[in-house]
Amino acid sequence: MNAAVRPGPRSVDAVDLSVSIGGLRLRNPVMPASGTFGEGLGKALDFSRLGAFVTKTVTRELRAGNPLPRVVERPSSLINAIGIPSRGVPYFIAQTMPHYAAFDTPLVVSISAPTAEGFASLAAELSIPGIAAIEANISCPNIEEDGKAFAMRAESTERVTRLLRAATELPVWVKLTPNTGDVPEVARAAEAAGADAVVVANTILSMAIDLKTFKPCLGNIMGGLSGPAIKPIVLRQVFQCAKAVTIPIIGCGGIATAEDAVEYMLAGASAVQVGTATFLQPAAMTTIIDDLAAFCLHREIPRVTDLIRGVVIEEADEPDLSWLDPLP
Amino acid sequence: MPIELEPLQACPPPAAVAGPPACAPWKASVVAELAEVVRNEPVNAEYRHLVVSCSEAAAQAQPGQFFQLLCPQPAGEQPFLRRPMSLYGADPAERQVAFLYKVTGAGTRGLDTLRTGDRLDIMGPLGVGFRLDPRWRRIIAVGRGAGLATLAPLARAAKANGTEVTAIFSARRPELLVSVALFERHGAEVIAVTDSESTSGPANVERILRREIAERGCDAFFTCGSSRLMRVQQRLAREFGLPGQVAMEQQMACGIGLCYCCVRDFNRDGEIVSRRVCWDGPVFDLMEALP
Repeated sequence: MNAAVRPGPRSVDAVDLSVSIGGLRLRNPVMPASGTFGEGLGKALDFSRLGAFVTKTVTRELRAGNPLPRVVERPSSLINAIGIPSRGVPYFIAQTMPHYAAFDTPLVVSISAPTAEGFASLAAELSIPGIAAIEANISCPNIEEDGKAFAMRAESTERVTRLLRAATELPVWVKLTPNTGDVPEVARAAEAAGADAVVVANTILSMAIDLKTFKPCLGNIMGGLSGPAIKPIVLRQVFQCAKAVTIPIIGCGGIATAEDAVEYMLAGASAVQVGTATFLQPAAMTTIIDDLAAFCLHREIPRVTDLIRGVVIEEADEPDLSWLDPLP
Repeated sequence: MPIELEPLQACPPPAAVAGPPACAPWKASVVAELAEVVRNEPVNAEYRHLVVSCSEAAAQAQPGQFFQLLCPQPAGEQPFLRRPMSLYGADPAERQVAFLYKVTGAGTRGLDTLRTGDRLDIMGPLGVGFRLDPRWRRIIAVGRGAGLATLAPLARAAKANGTEVTAIFSARRPELLVSVALFERHGAEVIAVTDSESTSGPANVERILRREIAERGCDAFFTCGSSRLMRVQQRLAREFGLPGQVAMEQQMACGIGLCYCCVRDFNRDGEIVSRRVCWDGPVFDLMEALP
């Protein structure tokens, strides 16, 4: 970022909000997080203003989803274990895609499968006109037994990404999990295997217990934590991944305001996904887009891309984490 | 006093999904707005009556629809999600909507802190409400507990539709019944049944329903608030070939069909299907509902 030598924008309309994610041009860097978006939101939010559409995860098999209760709230956060109810590919193509056909906004389809080969064949099947990119949800903590997922390990991430890469000409976004010890290593594996972008991250595996019944609050026992409470954690992971990879990073975790989005972009994100915030304010994404332009205008930043990786680290390249080790 | 409800169209078209951006500029049909509290006061030992002034669009809410309320934080608690609250009354002329709630959790404890002049973030109107066929001459509404609040807007809507109403209202004790005066003011006959008087059992309610059908006729059933009473109506609806509608509850997060946390199973022609209460309902075909 070098705002000082460039003339600042004169109005919010003069701020260039467009970003490029692995060859895909977006009018702005704000899009929904998978699972928190659907045609119903069109009643409350102007779809034509979004940077991209990201669908709820599509699977090949029909999935009923998890037993109820599927959500529980905690301070500044939500835990969900919806379980990816899915009506399969034909339903998605016939019933879901038409809702977005009239918009010139890229439609990103989120996919999941129980095997790497399953991911690849599903990506191939959905590489059809009308789909702009594939987001591989290799991180949903609710699918795999005991919360395990492909994105917990670099090896399984590399394998599924390589098969995806070979299966489709479309941009491949790989959605990583925060539930692993070395997210940058997993991001590197995705990049090495040909991912066009990584989405960092998904919900954080968590749990809540009802003190009246002593039972878990969720029918699935464990679920994924989202909302403002997780923002500092995922922001740190974006920062770490930005040092590990050169492909674009899409930040996702607790973003509710334009200030949150700016923080994510400074940490290294090229775009952001907004999820849980939409449940509280259905027009959150358009508010964020407007406020992002206002922020750039106020700070005399002509292009929103000037924010990417703009965090100023003066003292050292690496934060000192030695005080964490050994653990008490 | 409950606020009045404007007449509703007999059969409003199904809720439309946002169309393409081609012709008219896009306009929100669901908005989250800061509404001003007009009053918030108890109606009996359990229920409180909340009236807010709102936008024209919100005040167009139809019977059976609901709002998602962003409740204030009560001391020591932090409700995070919005709380779904069924419409108790709407007045487009005064631009007001009303809710009837019982303080049971963090959200309603937050609502309880609201004073006249405070602001409350309301989002709506949401969901598919009750439908009234203009040909119906007489309907029977059966409700219990909070279901009485959900059924309340039917009273005036039915009157405007030229439809007579018999309401069978169930509660633990007579003094906990709500909506009775409202229904009677609109010419409805209200039959109260209570646990304390041992009149609220399914067998007695069935006896009353059979008597009403035999003596005065019935074109449709409406119900909310009790699975046991719903099953009685389902049985009688099948026996007498009557249509029916039920307003259902479920824990919600988004309220607009995105998150799939509020699903329930329904029986559609023998097939069990999962539907979203917030988006496909909350009012469903009585015969498809499962307890």
